[in-house]
Formats: sequence, structure tokens, C-alpha cells
Amino acid sequence: MHAPALWHSRRFRAALIQTAFAATLVLVVAFATLTAQRNLSEMGLTSGFAFLWKSTGWEMNFTLLPTDSTSPYWWFLLMGLMNTLFMGAIGLTGATALGLAVGLMRSGRNPAARLLGTIYIEIFRNIPLIVQLFFWYALANALPPPREAITFGGALISSRGIYLPTLALSQGATAAVVLALVAGTALALWFALSRRFRRLEQPARRRLTLAPLLLALLAAALIVVTGHAPGTPWLSNPVAEGLRINGGLRLQPEVYTLAIAITTFGAAYVGEIVRGGFKAVGRGQTEAAQALGLSPWQQFSRIRMPLAFRAMLPILINQYVWLIKATTLGIAVGFSEFFMVIASSINHSGQTLEFIAILMGGFLAINLTLAAVLNRLNRAIALKGHQTGGAA
Amino acid sequence: MTVLPRQRPLRRLRRAYFGSVWSAALTLFSLAVIGGIGWWLLDWAFLQATFDPNGTRETCALNEGACWSVIAARWRVILFGIYPFEEQWRPALACIVVAVVIFLSCLPAMWSFRRLSAVWTLGTALFYILMRGGVFGLTFVNEQQWGGLPLTLFIFVATGIIGMPMAIALALMRRSELPVISKLSGLFIDTVRSLPLLSILFTFAIVLPFVLPGFLIGEKLYRVVVGAALFFAVYQAEIIRGGFQGVPRGQEEAAKALGLTYGQRMFRVILPQAFRLALPATINQFVIAFMETTLVVVVGFVELLSAGNTAYTTGEWKFAYAEVLVFVAAIYFVFVFGLSRYGAYLEARMSAGQSRD
Repeated sequence: MHAPALWHSRRFRAALIQTAFAATLVLVVAFATLTAQRNLSEMGLTSGFAFLWKSTGWEMNFTLLPTDSTSPYWWFLLMGLMNTLFMGAIGLTGATALGLAVGLMRSGRNPAARLLGTIYIEIFRNIPLIVQLFFWYALANALPPPREAITFGGALISSRGIYLPTLALSQGATAAVVLALVAGTALALWFALSRRFRRLEQPARRRLTLAPLLLALLAAALIVVTGHAPGTPWLSNPVAEGLRINGGLRLQPEVYTLAIAITTFGAAYVGEIVRGGFKAVGRGQTEAAQALGLSPWQQFSRIRMPLAFRAMLPILINQYVWLIKATTLGIAVGFSEFFMVIASSINHSGQTLEFIAILMGGFLAINLTLAAVLNRLNRAIALKGHQTGGAA
Repeated sequence: MTVLPRQRPLRRLRRAYFGSVWSAALTLFSLAVIGGIGWWLLDWAFLQATFDPNGTRETCALNEGACWSVIAARWRVILFGIYPFEEQWRPALACIVVAVVIFLSCLPAMWSFRRLSAVWTLGTALFYILMRGGVFGLTFVNEQQWGGLPLTLFIFVATGIIGMPMAIALALMRRSELPVISKLSGLFIDTVRSLPLLSILFTFAIVLPFVLPGFLIGEKLYRVVVGAALFFAVYQAEIIRGGFQGVPRGQEEAAKALGLTYGQRMFRVILPQAFRLALPATINQFVIAFMETTLVVVVGFVELLSAGNTAYTTGEWKFAYAEVLVFVAAIYFVFVFGLSRYGAYLEARMSAGQSRD
């Protein structure tokens, strides 16, 4: 007698369905784990993360810090992660700058510029990124061999890469210089923009902003002077010697083609987002700015741009996350970013499940951090109070 | 409002293109870029190009421009990959079937659940029989020999067919009133969304065999398609969720008051309206899914892009990489541009009655 009454209870049914759902999930996961363990132990592999401290025995073709085949797996993973962030930083910056230009051309009044923007967007947005990447890569490989390298200023352009003149420093010292400059700029930006320091007087705040910049420059200069071997020239120029080119800073084809592909493809999407942002600015806002007698530049920089930026930021966040994920295409041309390091590590070590877990964790961490930072920015700049009309 | 004097057309043109110094500079810059690159492309692709279908490396070297002979010589490899040569009418026909299915589903007259599923099921079955054979006197062709454009289309269509029901299920689960179900599916959706598609394809192609019991492993192609469908589904689920939010609350309450069951409420009342609202974003998602079929190159499939790569990396045609890649890119462009124009048209058509300006 009680059973049907219980079955007709809404809360009982809800609890039953949810328990069944959760139990099924747990069962599936447990079964998959057991199967995996059996399969892996048949292949003679032990699970666990001890392998992270073993040396890899293979080489990465591009790293920001010195790495060789005796480095352990955790160091390779770290370098891969840095490569992903490095490529992401270049790609996001480039795509934003170029996309802003294209989007402004598309939303301006000049018909010739609008046409150019439209052609750009339609071409780059409608061809898959990896097709474009293969095109740039094939183009880079079709450049003349090192012996017949093209000289352009002090740079040498060849199929092995583009060689630029650079300071004569070790890889580690160069990285330290860049790190110092980036950290200094970031700190200065934080001091200049964060609300936390709003209470400070203007001169004090300016001093606080300049201090990290100067410190960073000083540190960089110090590293350059101490890192430089005495009695050798300060600059390292690329020189063609027989079949290879020595000296200079080598930009590998894998690196710059991926950067070009992500920048140009991303710019087409960012351009459309920028155009949408300007379209969302209410007509009344522009007209009010005109009525107040602001100059065209003031109208743009004080009224339309800030409003458009607020409208586009949420969509830009999604696009940035997408672009970071697109760096995984590096595996198609051999740029050793995080995913490629994971794929090669699985091939060499066989620790499949552990590496997949690291892969997921890595990308979750990158994308959640990026989204959290940008969402915070989004909240910080959101207009307070009630909004009406087209700009809302 | 003041009445402006009518401007003569020439003056209007001058104002638009050379209204100020900046505008004039921008005009000159834009026209120079368009004209320069346009002329260079025209020169390369047509004026100085070799169109001789029997051309070779030597005859092409006589001209400065593109060597389209490579397409004449290798088009069957590019379009059909390593599919058996004598049987290649089958993939050609299969491609036409898919094109017809896509065209039919773009017609508003077909937009009912029953008609769409009928067309897609029939089209897929026909495609599958043509490609795989083994029945009706067609010789059997293993999935590993599929390649080129039909493989691209197969991955695209299968992604949609498997992904769409998954997306609906995920969207309904995330919207569920039962906290365990909505939290878990939300967590799942957000996790998969933050992973790159490549890593998912890689996991499904190479890692999954370790985790699954033997009878579930199946052909690599199907595993990869399921991976792509899963990725499509998590994005599409969020799009449908956006559609749900646009459906007025009263609709569901009215349906409840009428005594409709959960299934009737969802499939007869809420989902049709949500889909209508989410249509532009859905088409955009299909466009993205089509472009992302190219990623299977990385797990070793010879779809259109990869088949194009093999067409120029072998021996004599090595110099003609640009021609082959332009040809492949043009095929993708036609599909993607067509689909996205169609999406823009639908968006304009649907917002015609509700414009705010």
C-alpha cells in the first residue's frame, strides 16, 4: 500500500532519479578505471606520477629556457606550458591589434576602407585555420635555402628560419631580461590602473608607477652587462657559413608561421566583434557627444570606444579562450606547445592516463584563469546604475 | 531638423572618399592594398598561369604564374584520397547526396522534427551504403580507405547527427530542477568547453582503447566522430540554453496548467521556440564544426586537407603547393561562405519584424 504513495511523492522520485544518475556515473568511471588499469598492467606499465622526475631522452625543438634530452618530464611539461602561453600572448596581442584595425575600418564611414575590411574578414574567417597554417608553413619552407638566404637589413631570411641580429647573451639571460621587463610593465600597469591605489595623490601615484619600470630597466641592463662575455662583440649578427647560418636570433618557421596564422585568423573574428561593439553604441550617445561640441577624436576616444569596449568584452573573452586553445595546432607543424609535449610524452613513456589528466588540468587552469581575469575586468568596467536605449 | 541642400552625386562621392585628409589617406591606402594584391593575384592565377591539363613541371616553368596542371593531374587524389580508383563514382555520388541533404535542410518548408530527421537519416544511410558497400553488389571498402571530400562530409554530418541529440539532452539536463543532475552536467559542459578539440580527438583516437572494454572500441573513425560530436554537443547545449532563456516563462506555466507531461512541454512547447531563437547561433556552430573537421588530420585521417597535402608532397609536384592549397581552400570557402551567408540571411529574416532602429 505504501509503495504507490511513495512513488507518487515528488521528492521521493527526485531523490531516486538523482541517486540513479550519480550511481550510473560512478559505475561507468569505476569500470573505465579498472579496465584501464588491467590494460596498462598487461603492458607492464605502473601508474602514478613518479615518471615525472625521469629524464625524457628526446629533444624539444623550441623552448624559452635551456632544455635538453636529460631534462625531466616535469621540466618538459613546464616548457610546453610556457610555449603555449608564449604563443597565446603573441597570438592574442596580434589578433587584437589587427582585429581592432580591421573592425574600425569596417565600422567607419570610408567606403574604400570598409571594402578592404570586408574582403579581409571574408577571406580569413571562411577558411579553416589549419588550412591557412599549412599554407604559411609551405610558404616558409619554400624560401631559399640558407646558402642563398635573402638579406634584409641585418636579418637573413631562409627556409631554415628568419635570423635577426640580437644581443650576444645566453638563452637563460635573454629570458631573464624579457621576464624583468614584462614584470616591470605589469606592475606599473597595475599601479596605474587598479582602484586599490585610487586614494593616492597624483604625483605619488605617478612615482609609484614609474618606479617598477625604472627598476626593470635597471635589472635588464645589469643582466645584459653581467651576462656578456668580456672581449666579445655586444651584438650577435647572423652570418651564412656554408650550409647553415650562425649567430643571431633564429625565428623558426614553426614558430612564426603559427603566430602569423593565429594572428590573421583571430583578427578576422576580433574584427567582427569590434564592429558589433560599435554597432551596439546608441545613436543618441554619439549625437549627444556631437551636440556637446566634442572633436571627432574626443567622440571616438571618450564616448564611442569606451561604450563599444564594454559591449564587446564578454564576446572577446570567449574568443580569447578559443584562440588559446588554437595554439594546439602547433602539433601540425611541429611547434612544441603543451599538447604536443603531452602527445610525444605519451608516445615515449606510455603513461597515457597520467598525461591526459595533466593535459586536462593544464588547459582547465589556463582557460579558467584567463576567463576569471577577464570576467573580473568586465565587472570592474561595467556601467553602474540603470542603462537604457541602444547602449544597454 | 534642418533640411540639407541636395548634394550632387559627384560631390557626395568626393565627401565619402576624400572628406578630410585622413579619409583621403585611408582611401588611397585601401585602394592601393586592394588593387595591388588583387592585380598580383589575378596575374598569378590567370594572366600568367598554365592551364594545360597535360602540363608538367617543365611546361609550367615556362610561365611565371600558377600551374593549374597539378589540379588536372591530381584532382582525384585531392577529392577522394586513397579510395579505390575504379570505384570513385561512389564517393562522388555520396558527396552529392550530402549536398542535397544540406540544401534540403536549409529550406524552411523542411523545418519540422519529423521531416528533418527523415531527410538526415535517409541521406546518411544512402551515403553509408555508397561509401562502405558490401550490399547491393557494391564491393566492400574499408573505412581506412575513405578519404578526401566524402570523409570531410561524413565527419561533418555524423558530428551533427550524433551531436544534436546529445546537445538537447545536455541542455535539458543542465536546466533540470534536480540539483545533482544540473550541477554535474554543468560541470561536464564547462570542463569539455575549456579543452581544445584536438586534445579530445586525440583522447578518443588513441587513449580510449585503453579504457573501453574490447567490444566497445570499434573503428578509430567512429571514435573520433563521437569525440567531435561530444565537443559540438557541449557548445550547442549552451546555445540551446541561451534559447531557453529567451522563451517567456508563461509558456511553460501555461503548458503545465494544461496538464501536459514533461515530454510534451519540452518537445511541443519549449524546444521549438528555443530553437527558433537559437537558430543563427546554431548555424554559426555548424559552420565552426565544418571548419573543425580539418583537425582530424592530426590523428591520421586523409580528409580533404590531408589528401591535398599528399597531392603535392609526393615527388614531381612539390613546387605546386600553393596551387593545391588554394584549390583546397576554395572548396572549404565555398561551403563555409555559403553556410554563413545563409545564416546571415536567416538572422535578417527573423529580426525583420522586431527591429529596434
